[in-house]
Amino acid sequence: MKILVCISKTPDTTAKIAFVDNNTKFAAEGVQWIINPYDEWYALVRAIELKEQDPSSIIHLVTVGTADAEPIIRKALALGGDEAIRVNLESHDSFTIASQISAIAREGAYDLILTGKETLDYNGASIGGMVAELLDLPFISLATKFDLAGNTATVTREIEGGEEVAEVNLPLVVSCQKGVAEQRIPNMKGIMGARSKPLKVVEPTATEALTSIVNFELPPAKAGVKLVSADQPEELVRLLHEEAKLF
Amino acid sequence: MPVLIYIDQAEGHIKKSSFEAASYGAKIAALTGTTAEAVVLGKLTDDLPSLGNYGITKVHHVADESLNHLDAQQFTRIIAALATQINAGVVVLSNNVNGKAIAPRLSARLKAGLVAGAISLPDTSNGFVVKKGVFSGKAFANINVLTPIKIIALTPNAFSPEKGSGIAEVVAFTPSPEPSRVKLVATNKVKGQVPLSEAELVISGGRGLKGPENWGMIEELAQLLGAATACSRAVADAHWRPHHEHVGQTGGSVSPNMYFAVGISGAIQHLAGVNRSKVIVVINKDPEAPFFKAADYGIVGDAFEVMPKIIAAVRKIKG
Ligand SMILES: Cc1cc2nc3c(=O)[nH]c(=O)nc-3n(C[C@H](O)[C@H](O)[C@H](O)COP(=O)(O)OP(=O)(O)OC[C@H]3O[C@@H](n4cnc5c(N)ncnc54)[C@H](O)[C@@H]3O)c2cc1C
Ligand SMILES: Nc1ncnc2c1ncn2[C@@H]1O[C@H](COP(=O)(O)O)[C@@H](O)[C@H]1O
Repeated sequence: MKILVCISKTPDTTAKIAFVDNNTKFAAEGVQWIINPYDEWYALVRAIELKEQDPSSIIHLVTVGTADAEPIIRKALALGGDEAIRVNLESHDSFTIASQISAIAREGAYDLILTGKETLDYNGASIGGMVAELLDLPFISLATKFDLAGNTATVTREIEGGEEVAEVNLPLVVSCQKGVAEQRIPNMKGIMGARSKPLKVVEPTATEALTSIVNFELPPAKAGVKLVSADQPEELVRLLHEEAKLF
Repeated sequence: MPVLIYIDQAEGHIKKSSFEAASYGAKIAALTGTTAEAVVLGKLTDDLPSLGNYGITKVHHVADESLNHLDAQQFTRIIAALATQINAGVVVLSNNVNGKAIAPRLSARLKAGLVAGAISLPDTSNGFVVKKGVFSGKAFANINVLTPIKIIALTPNAFSPEKGSGIAEVVAFTPSPEPSRVKLVATNKVKGQVPLSEAELVISGGRGLKGPENWGMIEELAQLLGAATACSRAVADAHWRPHHEHVGQTGGSVSPNMYFAVGISGAIQHLAGVNRSKVIVVINKDPEAPFFKAADYGIVGDAFEVMPKIIAAVRKIKG
């Protein structure tokens, strides 16, 4: 089985969120990048678990990004991919990224394409669905459990107030969130081995962006917390009821 | 070029988030001088003409029972066909669990720019610019949609539905059927609870509550207010609460009117999932707990002393 895992980079959660160039660009200077947690903890780790079940499986990783994405894709390889592909393009238009991934996917004829639930920076939760549509494949979004028996996947996905279980034949695109896999830490052997694993750089195919970012805004500063004395919890309830009108 | 709104349903009932989408879409139609039409898939028990109350003039209904459950590929095919047929300029959906499966497919199929997680009406003074949350709620981005057709997936709870009066005309839409590639085998719903992603009020507990046996006060307050319950990751990892309740960077993200946090420190990874809440209330015995920096209201105190009094006071109001 051939699995393609989509890997993106995102600022470390503790990174300061600020913008430059008239608020049109994220201030990336000095920011620590991490693998987007949903891609690492759920999509990639599930792929590794599937390969442990069926060692003949092949895991390829794809990232759409410029050279500064390489430490991230190397780290992902250390966790367990066989080979990585970097499409040399920086874009924040989901359709542009999805077009690049679908071009790679079409060429590699993968049985399974895994993405994370969403990126923590641009929060689109869009790329998996777009890739599926571009490839005319079924898409299961927000999967919390994923099992394979031969060619048939049994996938549990989140719905409002519960979950839904469906059976779908491969090939298939799945976006992964908590529940899909167990968390794990890369071992030293993996980290050493990753250096010799192939990382292919390819140039992007031509696509037109469907959206553009005009600018960013930071939320207005909070007025500060209104503290109520622990002796008078009733006063808090009064404020929430009468002032904030929450109930 | 009308605005087309996809109305999502569960078990024959229109979801609250879809009334928000309907109102939002009708507002866009009014702003751009066109009409708001809706598309409904599956058999419903709810009354469709009353969607007119939310500004919809026409409802396209595919009354096919097999569409009562989501198949994103089928739904996309049908909505795209209808959007093309009526020459829609904007397609609006809720960015709820089903919207997240359909909107991106629709975007790729129609080559239409998507704003996933919109929180404002479009500004059409210079393009078609819609605001959305980015960096897990720590910032906003204004996105210009560059294509003739635009797709807006509206964040649940970001836009209050406005109810007026009106009756929508209901017409049948009959797309050519195609076999589904997804076979539904089970639906498991947690009974009698408000789903976290749709909740207007959320009561959440952290490790400060010491153990699962102390969750009675969280549940009691939630029940009195009709709120959903949530927890920190530390709590879910300790198996005190089910994993679907865990919010934060690696859990669910919520944007309720009120997030009421008891005994949660407010680690940055937790805040990532809750800082889109309109009002944050924090009960914590440590005045230095980082959560107070993100809070609107709070009490520095022991949850075990404070909570029973809060519950009693709420009970008085709610009778
Ligand atoms: C990569 C990564 C991802 C993560 N993702 C998430 C995530 O998605 N969601 C998440 O929640 N966490 C996440 N975490 C964990 C996060 O960093 C915190 O460890 C976690 O949120 C702590 O949970 P807590 O506040 O319940 O517990 P604690 O940190 O133990 O805090 C308990 C709080 O309760 C207070 N308290 C104690 N007794 C009382 C009392 N009697 N009355 C009132 N207050 C009391 C204490 O003062 C303290 O502030 C993540 C961490 C990492 C590294
Ligand atoms: N630049 C990228 N390169 C490769 N995969 C990506 C990229 N951006 C996003 N993805 C994948 O798509 C998922 C959803 O991203 P998004 O739609 O941006 O929220 C992520 O969790 C990744 O798995």
